[in-house]
Amino acid sequence: MLSFIARRLVNMLFLLIVVSFVGFWIIQLPPGSILDVQIQRLRMQGGSLPESMIQAMRERYGVDDPFYIQYWKWIQRSLQGDFGTSFETDQKVAERIYNRLGISFGLSLTALLFTWLVAIPIGVYSATHRYTWPDYLITFIQFLGLSIPGFLLALVLLIMASRLWDQPIGGLFSPQYADAPWSLAKVLDFIRHVWIAIVVLAIGATAGLTRIMRANLLDVLNMQYIQTARAKGLKESTVIWKHAVRNAIHPLVMALGTTLPALVVGETLIAIILSLPTIGPLYLDALRSQDMYLAGTILVMLSALLLIGNLLADLLLAWVDPRVRLE
Amino acid sequence: MATAAGELPKAARGKKQEDVGQIPQWKLMVRRFSQSKLSVGALIVLGFMYTMMIFSDFIAPYPHDALDSNNAFAPPTQIVWGPEGPGIYGLKQELDIERFQWIYTPDPSTIYPIRFFVQGHEYYFLGLFPSRLHLFGVEAPPEANAKIFLWGADKEGRDLFSRVLKGSQISLTLGFFGVFLFVVIGSIVGTASGYFGGALDNLIQRLIELIRSFPDLPLYMALAAAVPLTVPVTVRYFMITIVIAVVGWTGLAREVRGKVLAFRSADYTAAAIAAGASHWHIITYHLLPNAMSHIVVVGMLAIPGAIGLETALSFLGLGILPPAVSWGVLLRDAQTVQAVVTYPWLLIPVILLIVTVMAFNLLGDGVRDAVDPYA
Repeated sequence: MLSFIARRLVNMLFLLIVVSFVGFWIIQLPPGSILDVQIQRLRMQGGSLPESMIQAMRERYGVDDPFYIQYWKWIQRSLQGDFGTSFETDQKVAERIYNRLGISFGLSLTALLFTWLVAIPIGVYSATHRYTWPDYLITFIQFLGLSIPGFLLALVLLIMASRLWDQPIGGLFSPQYADAPWSLAKVLDFIRHVWIAIVVLAIGATAGLTRIMRANLLDVLNMQYIQTARAKGLKESTVIWKHAVRNAIHPLVMALGTTLPALVVGETLIAIILSLPTIGPLYLDALRSQDMYLAGTILVMLSALLLIGNLLADLLLAWVDPRVRLE
Repeated sequence: MATAAGELPKAARGKKQEDVGQIPQWKLMVRRFSQSKLSVGALIVLGFMYTMMIFSDFIAPYPHDALDSNNAFAPPTQIVWGPEGPGIYGLKQELDIERFQWIYTPDPSTIYPIRFFVQGHEYYFLGLFPSRLHLFGVEAPPEANAKIFLWGADKEGRDLFSRVLKGSQISLTLGFFGVFLFVVIGSIVGTASGYFGGALDNLIQRLIELIRSFPDLPLYMALAAAVPLTVPVTVRYFMITIVIAVVGWTGLAREVRGKVLAFRSADYTAAAIAAGASHWHIITYHLLPNAMSHIVVVGMLAIPGAIGLETALSFLGLGILPPAVSWGVLLRDAQTVQAVVTYPWLLIPVILLIVTVMAFNLLGDGVRDAVDPYA
């Protein structure tokens, strides 16, 4: 087991290095640089730009260096925890990301929890009551959930919420709570603002996972050990939850690794519509304004998250299923 | 998504068809496909949408980019029955000073008739020959503000119906080509990887592993952002197609490789090798046809995702950019909740998108069951 983890860790580290290189390369692909964007902005504000000022900016941003030198400088500093300075706002990249990371993670983890809590029971119910009308209804809703892109669902839900229930629209807090210290009222206000985001985030993943859960459980229920379990007189609930579900849950655990980064970024569109201050919109802005270090750091960070997530999923799988450990 | 509704036709499988051994395989496929009513329905819906797309310039009553400040955010036009058949009222435009919104009131004094097969703005039918013929239009003097907006107008007073039709030319095709491209790449690379093995296989697998180490959407976004902003629309269209393909092929290549590995160790392949068949012959005659059904199914089920992806990228301002029109571009107007609550018809592209994606999903399911008609 230890050697398995060690091997995976080494492999992951190597991949991470390559990923950071390729990621950085993709981010600097667009022609032009932040320099052009900045110069244009300054020109629009009026006045002519002296050549010396452009030259100073050139040196500051290091845009004249070839790509691999830029990468080398960036990765060296990154290893010391300094991800560079955001061109756009002159803030530290790390600072800009950390400001938003908390809310991003909070939302994603809640959505993940929600997904699992809903998907597993519904999937199990759907499989154990196959070809009954609730099963058909669940199937239909799943299809709808899979077909509607999340951000569109967010729009529709928002309209309904604002029209029917006088729901606050967008943001994290109502204005009167924005700077107030935490209190019960503020927490309630917060929940009123974010529940749509969580539901929308969770719904696509829930539809998919319910489907997988159902299909797997159906396969497992045909196994002979289920028949044996029933034959020896176990309660049906024990048969289902202890013998069948535990064996059917593999793909869900394996999907865990990909779910987390998907959720962290999946909210990009939703966050834009709901105007939530999360990582997604920040990444989009960085890409559009060619804020190279910021965009690069986020991309590589998310990839690291994906790799770590996959590793955790593998370990979790080994824990859930003893057979994996033996291999 | 691949497992969705896989159970559906099993009930139909119970009926034994006696003539199964006697009729050609494609007929069996058609028979199995037509057993799934949902899939047939989806095919009809898609057929209708693509027909609309082909004739979009003929059906659209106005140019998709015709600005009209007299009709900014005009609501969908009410159609009334007049002395000469269906017609519409003219609109009076007023500014609501308090809410700073245009208010439109119909003027019931005159009914302007809707005519069919009328002459309108010029367009090139299928891009080939010029025409002025349009399916319908309103006969009204230029000074009367009477235009027919079936689905309302956007903030510049452009007819949303015409714009949606125009947008379908990109939205319905881009995802399709993207998937086609990645199916071709994925099949070739996957087959090569599985068939030749060794160092090549190793290299390809590492490459796939690398690409899959990036989370999907951020990678798509970064690649789309790398497309220069200044290129013409057609170039941008193909670049975005390539972006979709560059990431998408990896999954298929892995699956094809797995299939090819299995077929390669089959007896008939050993026999072909013993008989002195060339690599090319073995691949195209023994391996690919066996993997083909799987490839087709994976491709079919990937189309809705690709269409959604194009919409998402355009919505974010990274995919297709205005003045070009796709459904994602149209939805940019619906980005703020305020706009959507006040002008709900801006959401019509959403409905079309959902219908399209759902129809492709159902069609893919039907095809998956049909390619293996003996099951």
